[in-house]
Amino acid sequence: MTNASAPPGQGHGTEFDTASSEPLHPAARETLLAALDQAYADPRRLHRSGRTARLLLDNARAVVAESLDVRPDEVSFTGSGTEAVHRGLLGLVRGSRHGSRVVHSAIEHAAVRHAVAWGGDAVDVGCDEQGRVDDGDLVEAAHAPGVGAVALQTANHEVGTIQSVGQFELPDDVPLFTDACASMGRLPLPPGWAAAAGSAHKWGGPAGVGVLLVRKGARWRNPFPGDDRIDERVAGFENVPGALGAAAALQAVVSERDVVNARQHALVDRIRSAIAAIPDTQVVGDPVDRLPHVVTFSFLYVDGESLVHELDRHGFGVASGSACAASTLEPSAVLTAMRVLTHGNVRVSLTRDATEAEVDRLLAVLPGIVASLRAEVGM
Amino acid sequence: MSIDLELDCRDLMCPMPVIELARHLEEVEVGGTIGVAATDVAARVDVPAWCRMRAQEYLGERVADDGVPVFVVRRSS
Repeated sequence: MTNASAPPGQGHGTEFDTASSEPLHPAARETLLAALDQAYADPRRLHRSGRTARLLLDNARAVVAESLDVRPDEVSFTGSGTEAVHRGLLGLVRGSRHGSRVVHSAIEHAAVRHAVAWGGDAVDVGCDEQGRVDDGDLVEAAHAPGVGAVALQTANHEVGTIQSVGQFELPDDVPLFTDACASMGRLPLPPGWAAAAGSAHKWGGPAGVGVLLVRKGARWRNPFPGDDRIDERVAGFENVPGALGAAAALQAVVSERDVVNARQHALVDRIRSAIAAIPDTQVVGDPVDRLPHVVTFSFLYVDGESLVHELDRHGFGVASGSACAASTLEPSAVLTAMRVLTHGNVRVSLTRDATEAEVDRLLAVLPGIVASLRAEVGM
Repeated sequence: MSIDLELDCRDLMCPMPVIELARHLEEVEVGGTIGVAATDVAARVDVPAWCRMRAQEYLGERVADDGVPVFVVRRSS
């Protein structure tokens, strides 16, 4: 093992990549560590340690339900946000009386697009230059024959734009799946969905825990093999410590969000205006109606991979949607659908305790990095 | 769609096709056309995006004899 003793999120300079994964919330840490010792047993067993594990699992479910304002029997814990997306969406398709076509926005997370490619027939709906999906287009496409479900994210994971989930009406008997992984905990869940998904490590819970929500009365059928566990919507031995840690982090994030969101929103405004002042730059995503912690921009004539490496060298960890920075060597599907620049792209996503000083340090080094990368190619 | 100047950006990775386009734009007259032949998939998005940012006109894409797409721009200023 390598040395892993650095405090969470502080071992590698300033990480502004919480949209990929947020450091463990302090409130989750204690709960998780205690639960590792207390909640190891099989929660189906009737002996004392089994009953303890069951009690703690039910407690985690109740806390998540309260934090999200849903019923406890609507909450399932999965092994990841991706698994929650797969089960949530494909379960609606399986339960549909109409067919396997899935109308979804072109800017859904890859988990949604892969699920549809595996178990449905995709009908793509585009978006505008701000990354907002036209719900009129979505509803129109949902009226076609054979549509089993519609999928629309609560907010975009790359550019932060909030979508209009809960503000449009689908045809009778065509359910909505919403991927809430980017916003869960940070923003209240909108209404109007039959199934939804979240991912604990994106709100400061542990990795390996997803949340699947299925509305009571929704026509949802398990799309995968069943199991004889406590919760019939999922399979495999329950990760009770993980669920408890996720629940504790979620509760803390929800209780702190008014204060944290306002601070992050203001810091992002500061970043947006400073970046926009750099020549030949595109700041993308809705400037107002957006996730509080995410901001995305692209610099003309700059190679995204070099930009990520240069920022890393200066102590800043960020993500990029540019093709050269992706394992697929394809530019981001989100930026492509928005028809905005795909090269020289950076996504900054703030930690819950990001400070003005950290942000100003980033803004102090960025113009010089961009200028020198441009100079290298004679621009 | 006639092309006054065609840039061979085959096998160049992003952002090089757009950099080549910017470098050679002034080699055509205002109103003239410049084509970017590029195998890089990002060029399909980035050439039109560059046109919007730099107030040039994107005319669309055609296919070169070897099947490579050529993205065509009219110099507006």
